[in-house]
Amino acid sequence: MTRVLRLLALRGLSAIPTLLIVACGAFLLLEFAAGDAVDAYLAQTGGDAGFAAELRRSLGLGGTFAERLAGFLVSLATIDLGQSVVFARPVASVIAERLPNTLLLMASTTLFAAGFGLGLGMLAGRHPNSFADHGISTAALVLLAIPNFWLGLLLVVGLAVSWPLFPVAGIRSLIGTGGLVGALLDLLHHLVLPTLALGAGYIALYLRTLRAGMVEAWQSDHVRAARARGLSEASVLRRGVVRPALLPSLVVAGQNIGTLVGGSVVVETLFAIPGMGRLAFEAVTGRDTALLVGVVMSATLLVLVINLVVDLAMAWLDPRLGAVDG
Amino acid sequence: MALHRRDILAGAAALTAAAITGNARAQVAAARSGGILTVAADTEPRNLNPAMVASNGVFYVASKVIEPLAEMIDGGDGLAPRLATRWEGSSDGRTVTFTLRDGVSWHDGKPFTSADVDFSAMRLWKPLQNLGRTVFKNLEAVDTPDARTAVFRFSVPTPFQLVRNALPGLASVVPKHLYDVGDIATNPANTRLVGTGPFRFAEHRPGEFYRLEKNPAYWEAGRPYLDQIIYRVLPDRGAIAAALEANQIQLAAFSAVPLADMERLAKVPGIAVIPQGYDGITYQLTVEINHRRKELADARVRRAIAHAIDRKFVVDTIFLGYAKPSNGPVPAFDKQFHRTDLPDSGFDRRRAEALLDEAGLPRGGNGMRFSVRLLPAPWFEQTRQFGDYLRQALRAVGIDAQIANNDPAAHLKAVYTDHAFDLAIGSLVYRNDPAISTTILYESGLPAGVPFSNQYGYASPAMDGLVRRAASAVDPAERTALYRDMQMLAATDLPLIHVAEFTFLTVARRSVMNVANNPRWATSHWADTWLSA
Repeated sequence: MTRVLRLLALRGLSAIPTLLIVACGAFLLLEFAAGDAVDAYLAQTGGDAGFAAELRRSLGLGGTFAERLAGFLVSLATIDLGQSVVFARPVASVIAERLPNTLLLMASTTLFAAGFGLGLGMLAGRHPNSFADHGISTAALVLLAIPNFWLGLLLVVGLAVSWPLFPVAGIRSLIGTGGLVGALLDLLHHLVLPTLALGAGYIALYLRTLRAGMVEAWQSDHVRAARARGLSEASVLRRGVVRPALLPSLVVAGQNIGTLVGGSVVVETLFAIPGMGRLAFEAVTGRDTALLVGVVMSATLLVLVINLVVDLAMAWLDPRLGAVDG
Repeated sequence: MALHRRDILAGAAALTAAAITGNARAQVAAARSGGILTVAADTEPRNLNPAMVASNGVFYVASKVIEPLAEMIDGGDGLAPRLATRWEGSSDGRTVTFTLRDGVSWHDGKPFTSADVDFSAMRLWKPLQNLGRTVFKNLEAVDTPDARTAVFRFSVPTPFQLVRNALPGLASVVPKHLYDVGDIATNPANTRLVGTGPFRFAEHRPGEFYRLEKNPAYWEAGRPYLDQIIYRVLPDRGAIAAALEANQIQLAAFSAVPLADMERLAKVPGIAVIPQGYDGITYQLTVEINHRRKELADARVRRAIAHAIDRKFVVDTIFLGYAKPSNGPVPAFDKQFHRTDLPDSGFDRRRAEALLDEAGLPRGGNGMRFSVRLLPAPWFEQTRQFGDYLRQALRAVGIDAQIANNDPAAHLKAVYTDHAFDLAIGSLVYRNDPAISTTILYESGLPAGVPFSNQYGYASPAMDGLVRRAASAVDPAERTALYRDMQMLAATDLPLIHVAEFTFLTVARRSVMNVANNPRWATSHWADTWLSA
């Protein structure tokens, strides 16, 4: 148990500088970008000089770099995400609206990619260099090489337009479908195409990691020993080969989920899913510092939490890890 | 059902449009009530109040909820009554008297009166609205002798012609009783609109959709036809085309579908591509020129650049034919002011080279005369594409253009605040009268940081004089003549170079009726839009 507590304490402490660096990075990025939030806004409306000046004053963009930096640090210290300029609402409420969509897409993509990736990986790694292995590995490479926007468009054309099985876009139907079960089914219906588009590439990653681990495990001493003891091939495969090979896959899963938390601008845009990726994009084009800092910080926090969960899982599965005194 | 003058006018306009264009989609026949129209939206403005933000993105949604005093129509005197039924200017340009429509109520049930017009004009249009701040700057007070009359009093003579032309875009009326408490800029009604229009604001789910529903108490009996309008937020243009094909949306306005897809979509059964309905919001593809650069301060060099551009090629290749060549500041649609006899700077490379030689800019060792920074605006794919074209066209006459691409905020700052460009490519908007957003491109002495204005360093006493005199010319004939002179000066001096004028396309299912039946259709009321079974 002390192992777990130590891990938690260590991660909690190291999260603070990470979050600070990330927040400052986002702030500086927009400080050094040409044009500010008022420029971005006026690009849509136009307006005279007095209009621009008044907008800047009301949005608190008037001061010098030092003043803006001070304001930014104060809001960081007080953990106040502030007001979004683009949405004219508190940043926290905007993020609270978008985050669930991204989490949903992240979860469905991970389940889909890990499920298929690990399953196929097991098939491929069962008999390395067999015909099945080469076939599966090549197919996976093709999936990895397909850009997700292209695959997404192809899926839309094929499965939403020509053969209208799925909705073209959106995260739920515009007009509510009755009941909790109906809403859930509706949600899943909408998630299918974006999940396929986003997850296809990740299948290959899971597959290759598991396969590589299995190839290595087949040659290890414990497999030879197990065979020598006369264990059945099925049980050798299950306990001696797949199990040790799953550990690196878990690490891959942690990393992939991390990249998914930031959202996918491309897939979210194509399927009109209001998620974190699109939000970050809108924050940058709108020069909305408060919003960008909020998005980046919440994504970072989530990545840290997920990494922590993965580490805990690893520690639980593999007693050798993190056990300095054990 | 009583037959109103408006119906006849609108019908006549629709028939004319149909006859002229061969577009049988503008219909007068038996309209059907009911149905939900789902359309594509690509932006969600932070402030949806058209009395404060006069922009197409706002109007697209808000014009169905909040109405202007008058709307544009094809033919006639160009205006149809909405909240005002009559308008009359005094001969001295000091007052304009509006008679307001009777029996109109706000969506919350309160009656609409002249006090609302007074409040909207004095507290929103004049001090807060992006365009109204210029047009209504001399509005001193609005008198309200009774609930149906509003008299605008101006401190200096203000052309009635201008006020009239500004009514559709700049004169949206909001309810005083909701706005006279607290700060107008942060009023919740800016995002949850309350108006007098044919549709009530029902719901906005950010990132997903806006939903408007029928106003059963609308002042025009029997309208609107539609039960609901839903604006689906679809940020990807490919997805918009797919959603149209799958009939998950029935209409996409403002050329939301890429031009390259139009030809394919036009062949899909049940889908029509409609080029009408945007004349009132014409965009002008323009080369903006920094006169601070000494080579470009020479009118011969600017003329040479104009001659280096093949306008027909631009129209045919970049706009795929959906545009018209242009050589002056007023688009051809505006018959009131447009001048057809402007000097033509047609495509003539030899002439361009001769002018550049004459200006003392011979080709150097590398074959180039001088080099310029070219900043294409990111507003449209066509502004970027024209940037690529212009670079090649200039190279052919010995001008080396280096393209710098920016996002909207960076482009706006570089061109209109920092003046860090030599040539820029813009898509300026002509808004029904030169004084609304066009003369500002030519007059000198504006402070830095005013977007879409003369930040070009162009200063001509003759031009400034024309603009100033026209600004207070009360007599419409005199005012028109001044703007005609101004066009001639603009075309000879060439402070900026107009290349093409373009409007947008609407792509719609054929089941949507009465599409594009006025010159600002996408940004108008849609009270007469209906869905056939």
